[in-house]
Amino acid sequence: MSAPVLEPLPVDAEVDPAARKRPTAREVLSDIASGGPLRILLAVFLSLVVGSLLIVFTNEDVLDTLGYFGARPTDFFGAAGKAIGEAYAALFRGAVFNYRADSFEAAIRPLTESLRFAGPLIAAGLGIALSFRVGMFNIGGQGQMLMGAAFAGFAAANLSLPWGLHLLVAMAFGFIGAGLWAGIVGLLKAFTGAHEVIVTIMLNYIAVSLITYLMRTPVLHDMDSGNNPTARAPQPTAQLPTILGQDFSLHLGFLLCIAAVFVFWWLMERSKLGFRLRMVGLNPDAARTAGVNVKAVFIVAMVLSGLFVGLAGINQALGRTGTFGPSIDAGIGFDAITVALLGGSRAFGVLFAGLLFGAMKAAGPSMQVQDVAPEVLVVMQGLIVLFVAAPPLVRSIFRFLPEPRVVVRTSAPKRSLRATAAEAPATQAPVAQVDTAQGDGAGDSTATAKKESPL
Amino acid sequence: MTQTLAPEAPVVGPVVVAPRNWKGAIVMAVVAQITLAFALTTGSVEVFFSWNDTGQPAVIPATVVDAQLICLVLAVIAELCAVAAFVFVGMRRKAPLILTFVVAFTFLIALVASVAAGSQSGNIPVVFLLTGTIGLSTAVIFGSLAGVLGERVGVTNIAIEGQLLGGAFTSAVVASVTDSLILGLVAGMVTGALLSMVLAGFSIKYLVDQVIVGVVLVALMIGLTNFFYSAALSGNSEELNFPGTLPFLPIPLLSDIPVIGPVLFDQRPTTYAMFILVPAVWFFLFKTRWGLRIRALGEHPLAADTVGINVNRWRFWTVTVAGLIAGLGGAALTLGSIGPFVREMSAGQGFIALACVILGRWNPFLAASAALLFGFSRNFRIWAGQAGSTIPPDLIAMTPYLVTLIAVAVLVGRAVAPKAVGRPYVKE
Repeated sequence: MSAPVLEPLPVDAEVDPAARKRPTAREVLSDIASGGPLRILLAVFLSLVVGSLLIVFTNEDVLDTLGYFGARPTDFFGAAGKAIGEAYAALFRGAVFNYRADSFEAAIRPLTESLRFAGPLIAAGLGIALSFRVGMFNIGGQGQMLMGAAFAGFAAANLSLPWGLHLLVAMAFGFIGAGLWAGIVGLLKAFTGAHEVIVTIMLNYIAVSLITYLMRTPVLHDMDSGNNPTARAPQPTAQLPTILGQDFSLHLGFLLCIAAVFVFWWLMERSKLGFRLRMVGLNPDAARTAGVNVKAVFIVAMVLSGLFVGLAGINQALGRTGTFGPSIDAGIGFDAITVALLGGSRAFGVLFAGLLFGAMKAAGPSMQVQDVAPEVLVVMQGLIVLFVAAPPLVRSIFRFLPEPRVVVRTSAPKRSLRATAAEAPATQAPVAQVDTAQGDGAGDSTATAKKESPL
Repeated sequence: MTQTLAPEAPVVGPVVVAPRNWKGAIVMAVVAQITLAFALTTGSVEVFFSWNDTGQPAVIPATVVDAQLICLVLAVIAELCAVAAFVFVGMRRKAPLILTFVVAFTFLIALVASVAAGSQSGNIPVVFLLTGTIGLSTAVIFGSLAGVLGERVGVTNIAIEGQLLGGAFTSAVVASVTDSLILGLVAGMVTGALLSMVLAGFSIKYLVDQVIVGVVLVALMIGLTNFFYSAALSGNSEELNFPGTLPFLPIPLLSDIPVIGPVLFDQRPTTYAMFILVPAVWFFLFKTRWGLRIRALGEHPLAADTVGINVNRWRFWTVTVAGLIAGLGGAALTLGSIGPFVREMSAGQGFIALACVILGRWNPFLAASAALLFGFSRNFRIWAGQAGSTIPPDLIAMTPYLVTLIAVAVLVGRAVAPKAVGRPYVKE
């Protein structure tokens, strides 16, 4: 994993009772982020184990051998091993390299497909990650993606512009749609105090109904093409061009999503705005005291979050030659939450999480051919995130894992130290000591504060 | 207040002036204007309120009224209520809740009448509309009860959606395999409780953020049920996914009452359970010692701890009991409705339940009312489609979410959520 993820293990719950007080979403997320590659690998391993059990006990051949398990147990283990081996071989063939293919192009097509699936997951994951780092839960990926896709699709189908410019304009439309939709959430949170979880969930449903409605009307729909809600296909000038030739469907959208990773990294780790965003995420009260307009930050953060999610929607709408319906988001808006969690809300963490989940998505058909229900991959994704989210659980399963580092803490509890870090970056001496203890927490902002001038 | 703090200071003028809160009155006025708009746009056509259950002999003849007239009358009532709300606010008093309900009801009836006026037959099947509303909101009501209990004790339960789905799945499968609907119900409830235990365990023991665990649990349950559905159920639905449904149990005499009888007293056991649970949860929360403890835990766990209540144990078991209710809601989706399990059949009802919790201000009765609004709108969409309404069905589908959004943002806003909700309690 990347550098930010390799932060030292945080002080854990059992070790420091004082640190257990009221962990905020942000603290938990930073805990996940600083988990270290070993724990993520173990989480993946655990989920593979559970996935194997699911595969074994739904496999017909294995269940047949269970009937005479007492007489010949070896049959059972043989059949179980075969079922698992075949399933994971199919996973590999579907996601990475199809060694059974005739040509080299066909053999590496699964890899390009994995990347194609990973693109929108990464972009939407970045959007959700951004909201997490500001201490908000953006569950509204679905609605924002739909709005982005619909706006981009509208411009791509209805405008007539030269090649290149048309694509840019369509993308701009998509960003506007998704950004506005997400901005509603920020506005409501800032000015009415409505909880963003409920607001985003409601906006998801509203977006689905609204876009379905528009996909039945001439706004988006080609009225000569039947009654099913669909949006017109983007014109060739607005489609994202393929980047590996006609044989592969991987298109420019993937590169844009990768670019978004770097934009996200720069925005969150290097820019002044990102510093404010993180400040509010760490401690809104301290940020307010330091002169940050917290309400404005909420709105800006949601709009930015929506822009990243919108890129995923644009990628879906313009990365195709045909029409699309209201299910264009393909569950990415929800998957993005797990991607952001697994990626620890860090740019490169999200990149790797997106690639992993994209590969799992791409492998579905191949698993299906092997008679393994591809939904097992969804279960495994959920389990990975669950295991990663609860470090003590993984540690209690794998006893050999090192205990979290103990740091002698002499001064005030965590929260006030954080406030110090955010409010007065100049007084580093007592704060710097805590860096190792808190992983991402106060240390992060202090480290940044050293480089930048305070707000 | 000033007087108690500083009695020697001379007090000039009124001590405390309650701020006027116009938001509720404004929203009511807007809804009343929309009702008026119905009255003005609806043609003077006769519509029939038929009070009989379909297929039953007519006991009461259908009421024939002029659609425009009834819309006009309803609009006037709504306007009066809105004016009354303004008067109350102007007098710095809280407008009674009944005004909101009256405005909402007049709006809904006017909506139904105007749709019927536009249809061929002009028929309004009152019993169908009401039974459908209850049928479609049962699971949401169970879910919102679980949500109310969870949030009152200080645990945000985003996983209700997963509990409904898990409860629906296991109850259908267990009932099919064991051939016992009772065992199916129990299995559904146990599934809900187990998921609650996972949620509570992770959030209380491992201090993982409750929203995160909830979202992940939902994802996990969608994956698990889909996996088992396509790996096991779809190929073998006769044995594994054919549970049958709970029988209708008409209550003698009461079920013969026109309109009310078929709506309230000729239902499945799960629906009766819902009728009982809503007041039961309310009574439990607000009238018993245990309920007081639970509410204390949600508001101020430190105070509860100080008087000797084991915060985390109480939270764990309350959330688990809430899980039983949510699991029963899942069983209501299968055994209490259509029978077999269908992929992702909860379809976001758990999230709607969560919205109902907030919309209902953490009160079981109000949350159930909010859930009924959702049920009505889903049922209305079906009926409006059949009646040939010109209102686009997608926009009807959108309305309850829009109402919730407006309500959460405008009316509830900084609602009085249990203060400690979502925060794990760690002893100093």
